[in-house]
Amino acid sequence: MTLMREKTILELYEAMYTSRYLEKIVTQLWEKGNIYGEMHLGIGEEAIIAGVLSHLIPGDAISTDHRSTPPFVMRGVDIESLLLEFLGHPKGLCSGLGGHMHLFCKELLLTSSGIVGSSGPSAVGFALATKYQKTKNIAVAFFGEGSMNQGMLLESLNLASSLNLPVLFICKDNNWAITTRSNEVTGGVLLDRVRGFGIEAREVDGSDCMAVWQAVETAIPRLRKRNPAPYFIQASCTHNEGHFLGDPLLRFHRSPKKELGAVTGPLTKSVLHYKGGRLDKRISSVSNVLALIAKARAQLSFSNDPIRRLEKTQTHLKDQFAQIKLKVEKKINSISERVLNLVQEEASL
Amino acid sequence: MRKMEFAEAIESALKHAMTNDPDIFLMGEDVHTLRINLLAQFGKERVISTSISESAFLGAGVTAAMAGLRPIIEIMLIDFIGVAIDALLNHASKILTFSGGKWNVPLVVRTSCGGGYGDGGQHEQSLWGWLAHIPGLHVVVPSNPSDAGQLLLSAIESDHPVIYLEHKLLADYWLDYMGTGGRENVSFDVPEKGAIGEVPEKWESLPIGKANILREGDDITLISLGVSVHRCLEAANILSEDEISVEVLDLRWVSPLDKEAIITSVSKTKRVIVVDEDYMRFGLSGEIAAILAEENISPIQFGRVCTEHTIPFNRHLEDNVLPNVNRILALARKFKS
Repeated sequence: MTLMREKTILELYEAMYTSRYLEKIVTQLWEKGNIYGEMHLGIGEEAIIAGVLSHLIPGDAISTDHRSTPPFVMRGVDIESLLLEFLGHPKGLCSGLGGHMHLFCKELLLTSSGIVGSSGPSAVGFALATKYQKTKNIAVAFFGEGSMNQGMLLESLNLASSLNLPVLFICKDNNWAITTRSNEVTGGVLLDRVRGFGIEAREVDGSDCMAVWQAVETAIPRLRKRNPAPYFIQASCTHNEGHFLGDPLLRFHRSPKKELGAVTGPLTKSVLHYKGGRLDKRISSVSNVLALIAKARAQLSFSNDPIRRLEKTQTHLKDQFAQIKLKVEKKINSISERVLNLVQEEASL
Repeated sequence: MRKMEFAEAIESALKHAMTNDPDIFLMGEDVHTLRINLLAQFGKERVISTSISESAFLGAGVTAAMAGLRPIIEIMLIDFIGVAIDALLNHASKILTFSGGKWNVPLVVRTSCGGGYGDGGQHEQSLWGWLAHIPGLHVVVPSNPSDAGQLLLSAIESDHPVIYLEHKLLADYWLDYMGTGGRENVSFDVPEKGAIGEVPEKWESLPIGKANILREGDDITLISLGVSVHRCLEAANILSEDEISVEVLDLRWVSPLDKEAIITSVSKTKRVIVVDEDYMRFGLSGEIAAILAEENISPIQFGRVCTEHTIPFNRHLEDNVLPNVNRILALARKFKS
């Protein structure tokens, strides 16, 4: 194991905290109704993103899924242009046309998509280009474990393996596909599946940024060598906000009276309807869903939070962490104030 | 008559159908939560949750239908049909012909569609014209609760593949899920008559391929479907103050298209605007123009208010890219001036 330098740990902390603090601001904007539609956050997966991006060099490409804020921020995309984009502003990163699910940055080779699994083929294409152009660059694909049952991602694994392409596949595993437990709809073991394609694959605790950093440190030489090979990392994580802000399962826990009240009437009627399946089967089906709602509560816990975890394990860096926090908060607060003032001024015109 | 919300009507009709026909089952992502009431009444053998594998479960739906079942396959958003289009394009639509007319595919694809709530270009498309382009597929788009329930039964009773599209502005749970997320400080332009309305005491199907005249008029025909019919009705009200008499035709079905209703109305008014939330080029609006040209109904004024570009995230831009009342009014007034 490579010994991690203090500087690297502090850099990881700053990357994670910057992303986290920005997404907290984003949450407030969404709750205030300034951001329309859905909002998928990367809160809880910062250690994975930071641990991977720490090893990237200029010219490497990143294909993300619908949780693109952390990789975009950590790769150095201007925070103001991101915030403006989330607000749909013409001065946003994508002129307000893309929104948080469709962020693109040509200069930094960053893509995102709201189509599950599509980061697989996307990264394969970038990797093909680096090999074609004979550079040392690689491509990273970020995706959730839910996309591991999507054809195009599995096809991408095979393509990357058979064409010996430098793709780093990063599976961010929280075991939830919106309101479905992924293990209940997945056959076999994911790592076995990946190894079946002839790809080296390993598991890592995705809430531990140092462990992720170490895992990628091992992978990088295989990816950057003259005859590269793809590499796969399955990293566990927890999304505190569930699938997206306003997650329907988490709402049951946050405002149970309102949410359960709306559901129980029709549900009871359905269970007791005089026609339908056998009563015991009906009850067991419903109790499975209720158990699911109960399980969703675990996501609210911060026990696996990557930032807290680093703070707990690296207590000797406490003062430096505090300084970083102050610096990051000051920077982002001033950006968000500027952005809000601009938006409010324009609204009053 | 009883009153129901749009999604409530779909569920009520579906319960009715599933109670009467044990061969009907649902399959798709997250259906245990999205269709929890159906799960509660019929159990998980008939409400089957899947992984995110649209190409597999839609493809499987095709042959399950060929095996004698009546599958209702759920594609969460029509935008996601992209990953599974083969099942419709090369199989569901063609097997009847390939088998010499001997093997039919009684498949229903239930999916949500449409924009107007700030979700961007990969989650708000309509795509019904794109699907109706394929011979062998039927495509239906209800605009109100009563039609929603009745047309679902028509889709289920059909012996051929039907794509059933429910607009997210009309279905309250979709708008809650994708648009508001439980917030009370965001709102969208939801047409009230589309979201809630009277439904029949007893669910019965409507004829396949029959359009519905929502308003009679003499000067201009507005041909539309889905949420856009409500934009047309609003425009028609405003135009009536200018003494422009507007007929509004709700197509209901993109395929089969009710040619007769189109021809009858336009022969009378001689002016037609197609208001279509789907993409403008190579789609439904062009098809209607072709039908009118082929029937030699001339001279007529023809225009269209459709979606011409990728739907932008910015709410203001989005509202202008999608058909809206002002765009309809501007074109209609140009016709009459």
